[in-house]
Amino acid sequence: MGAYIVRRLLQAIPTVFGVALLTFLLFNAFGPDPVRTALGNHATTEAMASLRHQWGLDKPLALQFLDFLRQIATFDYGRSFVTGDDLGTQLKDGALVSLSVTLPPFVFGGIVNIAIALFIARHRDGVVDKAARALFIAAMSVSALVWVLALQYLLAFKLDWFPINGYEGGWSAVKYLGLPWLIQLLLLMGPDIRLYRALFLADMNADWVRTARAKGAGEGRVLLRHVLPNAWIPIITQNVTTIPFLILGSFLMERFFSIPGIGNLTIDALSRGDLPILKAVTVLGALALVAFNLVNDLLYAVADPRVRLQ
Amino acid sequence: MSAAPELLAVAPAPRSAAREALAALWARPHIRACLVVVALYGLVATCGWLGVLPDAEAVVGGAQDPPSGHLATLLGTDLLGRSVLWRVLAGARTAVTIGLATTALAVPFGTALGLAAGYFGGWVDAVVNWVYSVVVSVPDILLITAISYAMGKGLTAMCVAIAATSWVGIMRLVRGEVLKHKGSDYVLAARSVGAGSGRVMFSEILPNVVHVTIVTTTLVLLAAVKGEVILTWLGLGVQDGASWGLLIAGAAQDLTNDIWGPLAGTVTAMFLLIYSLSAIGDALRDVLDPRVG
Repeated sequence: MGAYIVRRLLQAIPTVFGVALLTFLLFNAFGPDPVRTALGNHATTEAMASLRHQWGLDKPLALQFLDFLRQIATFDYGRSFVTGDDLGTQLKDGALVSLSVTLPPFVFGGIVNIAIALFIARHRDGVVDKAARALFIAAMSVSALVWVLALQYLLAFKLDWFPINGYEGGWSAVKYLGLPWLIQLLLLMGPDIRLYRALFLADMNADWVRTARAKGAGEGRVLLRHVLPNAWIPIITQNVTTIPFLILGSFLMERFFSIPGIGNLTIDALSRGDLPILKAVTVLGALALVAFNLVNDLLYAVADPRVRLQ
Repeated sequence: MSAAPELLAVAPAPRSAAREALAALWARPHIRACLVVVALYGLVATCGWLGVLPDAEAVVGGAQDPPSGHLATLLGTDLLGRSVLWRVLAGARTAVTIGLATTALAVPFGTALGLAAGYFGGWVDAVVNWVYSVVVSVPDILLITAISYAMGKGLTAMCVAIAATSWVGIMRLVRGEVLKHKGSDYVLAARSVGAGSGRVMFSEILPNVVHVTIVTTTLVLLAAVKGEVILTWLGLGVQDGASWGLLIAGAAQDLTNDIWGPLAGTVTAMFLLIYSLSAIGDALRDVLDPRVG
């Protein structure tokens, strides 16, 4: 296992280097000039040169890239161009806010959706299954943005159950997070239940299921004691690889409800040309994906004794 | 001896896989309806490109007139007195344009790289896989953000960005299929009669692996049409003109004034296209992918 982890980490080096190169090229080499964005069209040459020097953008591109690689290696992404704030704190705060938006519906929705999928699998091809399938396909054919808009209109504007948007730190955040949580729960139902149903049904005709039936196990017991334990592995895979996206947050929810998470931070940085934030978020997002893919593979080996890592 | 010409005469001409797949799709009434719907969107888009759609910028009434019996004001008018229905139709043209442009970028690129990586192996495979691992490591929304920054926000950047996140899946699938076919008898036979790499890849292997590309194409189309709305709303997509994303973004304000026309029209138009494309995609997978029962 140890050797496997080391080898996987070494394999990740060219990938992370590539991510750094791609990020640097897109933002520093091809993108618009952030100095011009910050100072506007009427800035003097001196003012622009001085700001360019302050931000380290007057160095040759190769040196700037080396600086960026050093930042990635030391996890020190410097300061925001616009606010001058330390990025470490800003990103940590943003990630916590993003997680507070995405984690509760992810956990709660996961449990509820597995239960519903088990119920639907128990009554497969029945009325409930057919109705649910049609309903989910129809619901998923409507843009997520429309669901957000319609639910905000109905639950916040018309019924006044939730504030329309906004955010406060600490425990009062719950008041503002209720509606985004509810919306995400509903949006997750279609894709999740369809996936879990397919996972459960895939094993329905397997040998061990037939054996269990032959021994007289009822349909409920077959699902809970024989099908579900085997389905845990793909369920883990699905959910572990989702974790980086939870930290990254939902751009749509944060933007819609003015919640100051990573998504909102990124979109704001984009319009202000705040390169350090954009580059840091991109590289950290990629690092998280690479790391959780590794964790996923390791969990896979732990959960399934047939999997041998070498 | 005399039977041979007769046999030749009665044997039906071999049908191409594509025609067979289309016939299998057409045999399902539900999918037939979906194909007709998609064809109608194609027609609307073509009319838009030819400039024969009613002018979406023309003023046809007062500000935010309620829906009425006339075709132009069936869904009412917007703040500037423009027909909401014409804007929804122009939005359909934008959506189809984005879908086709994204597909035209992602599918050939992913297919060509997948063919090359699978066929040549060695350093070509190593380089393609490195690029693949880099692109899939960046979360889609961040790659899209970065490309929007580099190219400037707008329709072109959005198409390139969605394509950049879509080609990887196609590459991976095609590469896997090519690896399966590389050692087949028919490939060896083609090589033995002197066919070059290009000929073997494009004339021999490609027709046998293209089915995975076709199924994925419907997914790319869907991603582009759905992506436009979200990205435009986030400010990364279409900046001006008529698009479903801009219509829905405007509808948020309208709702508080009890104006439903733009939202209802856009949602219906989007629903029909996305539902039909997903149904066709599912059916195509059933028909073309032998692994699915």
